[in-house]
Amino acid sequence: MNVTTVGKTRFLPLLVALIAVGLWWTLSALRVFPESLFPSPPAVAKGFVEEIQTGRLLNDVIASLFRVATGFVLAVALGVPLGLWLGHRAGARAALLPAINFFRNLSPLAWIPFAILWFGIGDVPAIFLIFMASFFPVVLATIASVASIPAVYFRVARDYGYHSTELLTQVTLPAIAPQVITALRVTAGLAWVVVVAAEMIAGRDGLGFAIWDARNGLRMDLLVVGMIVIGIIGVVIDRLLVQLMKIENVRWGYEQ
Amino acid sequence: MSSKQLVIEGVARTFGEVEVFRGLSLEVARGEFVAVVGPSGCGKTTLLNLLSGFDKPTSGSVTCRGAVRMVYQHGGLFPWLTVAQNISMGLRHVKSEAERARQMTEMLRLIRLENFADHYPRQLSGGMRQRVELARALAGETDILLLDEPFSALDYLTRLRMRRDLAHLLRERPRTVMLVTHDIEEAAQLADRVVVLSERPAQIRCELRLQASRPRDLTHPEVVEATHRILSELGLEHDTENALANV
Repeated sequence: MNVTTVGKTRFLPLLVALIAVGLWWTLSALRVFPESLFPSPPAVAKGFVEEIQTGRLLNDVIASLFRVATGFVLAVALGVPLGLWLGHRAGARAALLPAINFFRNLSPLAWIPFAILWFGIGDVPAIFLIFMASFFPVVLATIASVASIPAVYFRVARDYGYHSTELLTQVTLPAIAPQVITALRVTAGLAWVVVVAAEMIAGRDGLGFAIWDARNGLRMDLLVVGMIVIGIIGVVIDRLLVQLMKIENVRWGYEQ
Repeated sequence: MSSKQLVIEGVARTFGEVEVFRGLSLEVARGEFVAVVGPSGCGKTTLLNLLSGFDKPTSGSVTCRGAVRMVYQHGGLFPWLTVAQNISMGLRHVKSEAERARQMTEMLRLIRLENFADHYPRQLSGGMRQRVELARALAGETDILLLDEPFSALDYLTRLRMRRDLAHLLRERPRTVMLVTHDIEEAAQLADRVVVLSERPAQIRCELRLQASRPRDLTHPEVVEATHRILSELGLEHDTENALANV
């Protein structure tokens, strides 16, 4: 990447952000909506400082991240092995794929009543909802990745005497890594969306609850603070997962 | 120990209604380079699948005496491994690390990719990738090399260079080779014996022996004559003059 390209990739997003803030500021100055319903950037900045000083923002961020991390890691830890198994077993795939597709198409939010009834209020229902949102897409993506491995890789591995464990660790897993990482990026975004919704209903803390609480207290400035923090953390999570795509022996999947 | 390293005896292979082989018999001696040519769909790749153990004959027997490795048309390298790591697959059985390193250096030198050991397949040209495939297949204790149209995805000039490279590699590391190819020139330039198969159900139409040492020049009389003969056997006499004019 040359200097001009680096400049463009860093400068242009900043420019867009500045324009967006400018528009926001102009709209609030024009009083298109009342101040109580459409907080100005300075009001939001003040609310941001207030949330940091009380320590609530940090607590909410930690609570939400903990739930997302737990639910997402559980979904990956169980979803990838299941996807691998189904990817290699046509009979089991034929039997289970309709059910997986059924649950994949259910909005995770539809589980909220059950989550509350089963697990009450707190971390567990949110983790459960994140798991339900992430698990099925991860399974499906892994099945699709396994199915798309060129047969020649297994023939080569067989020619060179790979045994079954080596086939898994040295052929299947590296072959599916690029596609699975892409699926993880999409699913992590979904998990982050779901945690906010789950905390709004089944939480007593977390960024989703903070937004809901701000709405109940008519503190639109704090609501916008929550929205901005959620957006920023979502981008940061995605950027972190993008780093996985830069691993040298995974990059082949994005450069072919 | 028998001098016959590959023995195909009365092999028939059918896929449903399609009869690919009927009573096919062929023997390949230790160290011999046999090229198999024939019309498209006559079962050349099926023959390699039978020899590699990937497929079983419907009747008859296939015997391979020794370790078999195959070089595929394209995409046989693992894209997540470097050149050195791909070649090291061929050296898996070598216990001593020092010996593995020595053989790796030797293979990289043979394929003239010493400076590309840490490159990934995507960073190489098509010809370089095929050289790595050949090195991987030739590394270690391979006895029989099966080549499934290994250069067909390459451009003409690269194919010419690859033929020379293969001949060079086999001079350094002699092996029993069966090459399946559509490229009659390739067969005539490289093989000790060219086997021409008929349409399905494929049987041996004719066999040609070539004596000149490899790599043979395209204009070598033996290559020209063999090319002419194979084209005639395949019923392509009217194309022969054009083909020879190109040569």
